[in-house]
Amino acid sequence: MKEKRIVINENKTNRRVAYNKIGRVLFFLSTAFGMIVLATLLIRIFTQGIGYLNWNFLTNYASRRPEDAGIKAAIAGTVWVMGITIPVSLILGVGTAIYLEEYAPRNRLTRFIELNISNLAGVPSVVFGLLGLTVFVRFFAMGRSILAGGLTMSLLILPIIVVAAKEAIRSIPQEQYEAAYAMGATKWQIIRTVVLPAATPGILTGAILSLSRAVGETASLLMIGAMAFIAYLPDSIYSSFTVLPIQIFNWAGRPQAAFQAVAAAGSIVLLVILILMNSLAIVIRNKYTKRY
Amino acid sequence: MQPTIRELIKEKKQARSSNSRIEKTMPKVFFLMAAFSILVTIGIVYTLLIETFYFFTQVSFVDFITGTEWYPFFGNDPSFGIWPLVSGTFTIAAIAMMVAVPLGLSSAVYLSEYASERNRKIIKPILEVLAGVPTVVYGLFALTFVTPLLQSFIPTLPIFNALSPGIVVGIMIIPQVASLSQEAMNAVPQAMRDGAFALGATRLEVALKIVIPGSLSGIISSLVLALSRAIGETMIVATAAGSTPNMGFNPTESIQTMTAYIVQVSMGDATFGSTIYYSIYAVGMLLFVFTLLMNIIANYFSRRFREVY
Repeated sequence: MKEKRIVINENKTNRRVAYNKIGRVLFFLSTAFGMIVLATLLIRIFTQGIGYLNWNFLTNYASRRPEDAGIKAAIAGTVWVMGITIPVSLILGVGTAIYLEEYAPRNRLTRFIELNISNLAGVPSVVFGLLGLTVFVRFFAMGRSILAGGLTMSLLILPIIVVAAKEAIRSIPQEQYEAAYAMGATKWQIIRTVVLPAATPGILTGAILSLSRAVGETASLLMIGAMAFIAYLPDSIYSSFTVLPIQIFNWAGRPQAAFQAVAAAGSIVLLVILILMNSLAIVIRNKYTKRY
Repeated sequence: MQPTIRELIKEKKQARSSNSRIEKTMPKVFFLMAAFSILVTIGIVYTLLIETFYFFTQVSFVDFITGTEWYPFFGNDPSFGIWPLVSGTFTIAAIAMMVAVPLGLSSAVYLSEYASERNRKIIKPILEVLAGVPTVVYGLFALTFVTPLLQSFIPTLPIFNALSPGIVVGIMIIPQVASLSQEAMNAVPQAMRDGAFALGATRLEVALKIVIPGSLSGIISSLVLALSRAIGETMIVATAAGSTPNMGFNPTESIQTMTAYIVQVSMGDATFGSTIYYSIYAVGMLLFVFTLLMNIIANYFSRRFREVY
């Protein structure tokens, strides 16, 4: 009887192992590329803008001369717009999430709402800008005001907050509900005393992350007509306004290199604000999220 | 005076009925909030449709959809042919995808198949930061760093071109491709990998022959979503691509995308009710339809991939 033998082709094995090594290096380099670009971007923006970053930059209004230009009005505008966006988007977003997770029957309407929210998340921000321009600025005659900008921004980040809040609510274990029902609690009592407290860290984390997107958002507010030259602080929600990213865009678009450096200085401030917000979100996530 | 039993029962009943009133109203309140998102969509579609309709009472639909010249600002004889804006948009999107697809997918394979738990925990948050940089900062970076860098290789490259913002849009969407594709790859059961390893496959072979085919629909869904974001991206293009609606797919020319046109008009003072004012809605409508289609396609693919295992 002929003996069956397994033939191992050494050359072929070596080649396969070599390919694997090349693959590992290539995949790692591709991953590193993203990180290198990020580092380059941060270093570049920092070295470009640091010369204009001083106390006056934070306390001056926009100016024709780069050395006098500042972001006082832009910072104030951002704070005012957020003052509208935070409550509106949080209330609507968390309410929607509670309905979808706690009350909604499994029917076509619910599926439609969920599909609709995920599609809204994919709509470009300029289109939200067009909506805001038509509905808030013109139809409700709010004009090019903080109110119109804040509401538009709320709609823009609503889908993200809904998704974050849904995930936070979904991570609450079933036992918590059962324990509460066993004590005779009603649905609304459970939502108020069990669901919301347990989901708050998750909701806050998601909310801060989506708000940090709103702070950096430019296109939709440009559509609303936020202006770059504002030499006063807003005094009501009907004031005209500018925000930090729009101010940066305006400076970046000028031909003088000095103004582009001022834009970089503004970008540093914007990035610092975003990093602070993100760190806050991470702290909340690590400190308060309960593991069941 | 001590309340009688009768009074106590009455009180209890009242409390319970106010409780049940709350129980009955709260679902309705929350339903209204959830339904609000539908209202937003209706609002978007309605405004776009109405204003686009006005636009087409002034400009012929056929000229718009077939025209190859986009000169809305030519005082007496404006021309509204959408193709230059569409070709500009797709030039940017094509360059972006050429950057994001290989780099994003490689990152996903590395994170899901090669990286140690520790490396993954370090790298993923860094990529998330890359996704969190505001687009206006990317625009500044494209204009003042990437373009001069490219000019040192291509001396004839003008300040405003499609190449530089295209590359930067690509970099912006790398994290999205990487993290969504990695999630899809993670969903491939470990047993399938182990089976291949037991047969003597290398990691590369497992990645290319088991994991990628096994997560293909999830990967496609992530790529389509990324494409949709590249098409809708505004500020990078508005900052660094210039504002010259050019036909053709020449990346070294200044171009204008649909989004950049909308921004340009809304920043200038197009009179309310003028043809130019309505034109941004027609362009916005087209943009909305493009991105909606992409999202529906992506949804379709990601649903299929969930059903596999």
